[in-house]
Amino acid sequence: MTQSVVVQVGQCGNQVGCRFWDLALREHAHVNKKGVYDEALSSFFRNVDSRRTTIRVASQPLKRIFCYTQAVLVDMEEGVVNEILQGPLREVFDSTQLLTDVSGSGNNWAVGHLTYGSAYREQIVDKLRRAAEHCDCLQCFFLIHSMGGGTGSGLGTRVLSLLEEEFPDVCRIVTSIYPSAEDDVITSPYNSVLAMRELTEHADCVLPVDNQSLVDIVNKIKHMSQGGKPGSVIKRDSAIISGQGGLSGAEKPFDAMNNIVANLLLNITSSARFEGSLNMDLNEIAMNLVPFPRLHYLVPSLTPLYTLADVNVPTRRLDQMFSDAFSKDHQLIRADPKHSLYLACALMVRGNVQVSDLRRNIERLKPSLPFVSWSQEGWKTGLCSVPPVGHSHSLLALANNTCVKPTFIDLRDRFNKLYRKKAHLHHYLHVEGMEQSCFTDAMASLSSLIEEYHHLDATKGRLMPDAPRLTIAT
Amino acid sequence: MSVVTVQLGQCGNQVGQELFDIICSDAQEGQRKAYSESSRERFFHQSAQGDLVARAVLIDMEPKVINHSMTKAAMSGRWTYGHTSHFGQKQGSGNNWANGYCVHGPRHREAMEELVRREVERCDRLAGIMAMMSVAGGTGSGVGTYVTQCLRDIYPNSFILNHLTWPYGTGEVIVQNYNSVLTLAHLYRLSDAILVHENDTVHKICSQLLNIKHISFSDINRVIAHQLGSVLQPALTPDSHGVYSRNPLGELVSSLACHPEYKLLSVCTIPQMASASIAYSTFSWPGLLKHLRQMLISNTKMEEGIDWQVRPPSVHPAAAERTRSLKGPGFNTSLANLLILRGKDVYSTETDGFQDPALYTSWLSLKEAFNLWKSPVPFNKYEKSATLVSNSQALLRPLDNMVGKAWNMFASRKTKHKG
Repeated sequence: MTQSVVVQVGQCGNQVGCRFWDLALREHAHVNKKGVYDEALSSFFRNVDSRRTTIRVASQPLKRIFCYTQAVLVDMEEGVVNEILQGPLREVFDSTQLLTDVSGSGNNWAVGHLTYGSAYREQIVDKLRRAAEHCDCLQCFFLIHSMGGGTGSGLGTRVLSLLEEEFPDVCRIVTSIYPSAEDDVITSPYNSVLAMRELTEHADCVLPVDNQSLVDIVNKIKHMSQGGKPGSVIKRDSAIISGQGGLSGAEKPFDAMNNIVANLLLNITSSARFEGSLNMDLNEIAMNLVPFPRLHYLVPSLTPLYTLADVNVPTRRLDQMFSDAFSKDHQLIRADPKHSLYLACALMVRGNVQVSDLRRNIERLKPSLPFVSWSQEGWKTGLCSVPPVGHSHSLLALANNTCVKPTFIDLRDRFNKLYRKKAHLHHYLHVEGMEQSCFTDAMASLSSLIEEYHHLDATKGRLMPDAPRLTIAT
Repeated sequence: MSVVTVQLGQCGNQVGQELFDIICSDAQEGQRKAYSESSRERFFHQSAQGDLVARAVLIDMEPKVINHSMTKAAMSGRWTYGHTSHFGQKQGSGNNWANGYCVHGPRHREAMEELVRREVERCDRLAGIMAMMSVAGGTGSGVGTYVTQCLRDIYPNSFILNHLTWPYGTGEVIVQNYNSVLTLAHLYRLSDAILVHENDTVHKICSQLLNIKHISFSDINRVIAHQLGSVLQPALTPDSHGVYSRNPLGELVSSLACHPEYKLLSVCTIPQMASASIAYSTFSWPGLLKHLRQMLISNTKMEEGIDWQVRPPSVHPAAAERTRSLKGPGFNTSLANLLILRGKDVYSTETDGFQDPALYTSWLSLKEAFNLWKSPVPFNKYEKSATLVSNSQALLRPLDNMVGKAWNMFASRKTKHKG
């Protein structure tokens, strides 16, 4: 069994991370009735006392938790991390896992990346190393951060390059929250583009998520729960957005959205933690879905979003789950994969779904999905037997698709709008180590990334001739 | 003589467990003592307490599947795997053939060789080694190829049979074609015979013949195990002089893999039907053999949708060259066929249909091209069953597709960077 370490940086990263740990505990408590530390738990939690380990189950009175998370929490202001430490999750974190400062990064990527990055380099490496040492077989680092702010974006990407330096053999999967168009941070385009360069160079895979899509999904679920079709009863508190059954009591704003991202991470690791008839490990994700090292942006989509109270799942509903995975309403960023070009697609199914359902749906949906010519059957499939809490089955689709291009173009345009006027630039250039070339380099990196996607798009629909095969000398 | 099975990767371990399960329950059906004893000797050894322990080594680069297979075996109550006959690691091969072949294989070579050595030493006489794996993933394909290579070095005079499971054509793993092509290229030099099952074909058998609505991998694996079991269970061969053959792998290889350039074998077993229907059906040998022959000629992999229009051309002994070009496009030419008949009235069967020279190439005599094994013991609840193991053009199209797709992906200069 392999272990993963979660590194959460900045306010957003830590809030999402907090939801992740809560839901992970809930999931394991649900599966592991005896409450004994088992193999599955070991992928994210380390055992502290081998004699007594209990995880709290929602309906039972609070029991002490004797395992610690494999996590490192970093933030340059204390508010969020302190809140976590005062909340019910405090017991799963040990003080050596935290790194905080007081003044924050002022929404300035350069402050996060260069100032704090250098000041705290030793401490960060130390904490990472400590977390890694507790792991028997460390397979993957999950980095959670936002792109628009200062700490998550700047310090987060600095941590990413430190991870590459110190642990080059360990996979780095980054969950990045991209700013929406109406983001309230004015410098978010600068921060995002500067961070993008780091992601392109140093991450193995990036799962881009944007706030607007999360908001839309949350609204859709709430709308369906309240309205709904006559004759069907939708379970209240869809497990995807609800933290019910977890440790935290009342729900805070953003919790619903963060829960979706937390569920994304739980689903991606489900096959590594639990058994199934066709396992899909984390190292297989990068291997299969990343044909070119720089094009590693995988658009995630989670279905179903809500469960019907009617437990009997007819095939039609199951097929609907597969269709939804490709619809633009279920993607976690603003993207329409069906009308762009697929380079690869992974389908990770959990729960009561068999291989015949999977194959049937792939065959059904394949004709409407444009795949690149040299990978017409670019599917990676995984079947995990254990469903997520509250559902009998679920599907996570990860698409390496050129539909990310509009998001990047949009980022580039917003960046250019500010950069042309040199607005707010002085805040960055005042930071020691920051130069104008950082901006132009980042821009160049983003532009060339967009170009690469553009080239691939150009091949869409064109019938590419098969390359002539090698002939054997006779 | 005994067969040692090496199960590699998730597929190899899952299918292997179903295979031993079917063999064990078939051998315990109780009817013919000689059959049961021969089967048990071949695949199991007895523990000190008298339990049947499979002659198998389980290898995987991550622990979950091995644990699952060992538990399932123990739960059957009839047989188990050896407690120490497994080798696992913590982190898989990431669907990367190179990772399996160049990294994991060499790194763990000694441990794996030791496990096989122990199993081999437990056998009174070794009939051969069977390695079971898939070609799409990383461990089965990469480590499987490496292990086959090592075993070939250590046991140069033993027969090595590789059982391969080919993935769904519509894609299970994105780099499956790379992994498959690399595996097959290496195995061709190392293996004595390569027996192939394709997920697509087995899936169709499950849906159309067995009428299973929600097909799971267990269903698929059970069909593969049934077909493989019907090949490997004891049978009376022309060389075995009235007793169950003591050299099953050797006889299989010598009857089919007659030329080192032609080693790919396909399997077809009929009848296959939902177990609930078996009791209500009657079979006749002429009917079964007629269907099987047409399935061979028309390259239909299962007993449904057989194309009866395809016919072998009539052969004039002196005009063998000419007739070769007259064979129709749908016609499947065989190099060699092995027909295995099991069940009632097996001695009175007439197999002339398979001895028609028109089915075969011209450069092998009929005596060498066609072989017949029989067993009077019904196999796995089927009163009569016929299995055809063919060295023919049947696998050509899927193989060509695989190579073509791998080449296209390679020619676009992609995905190699992870090697």
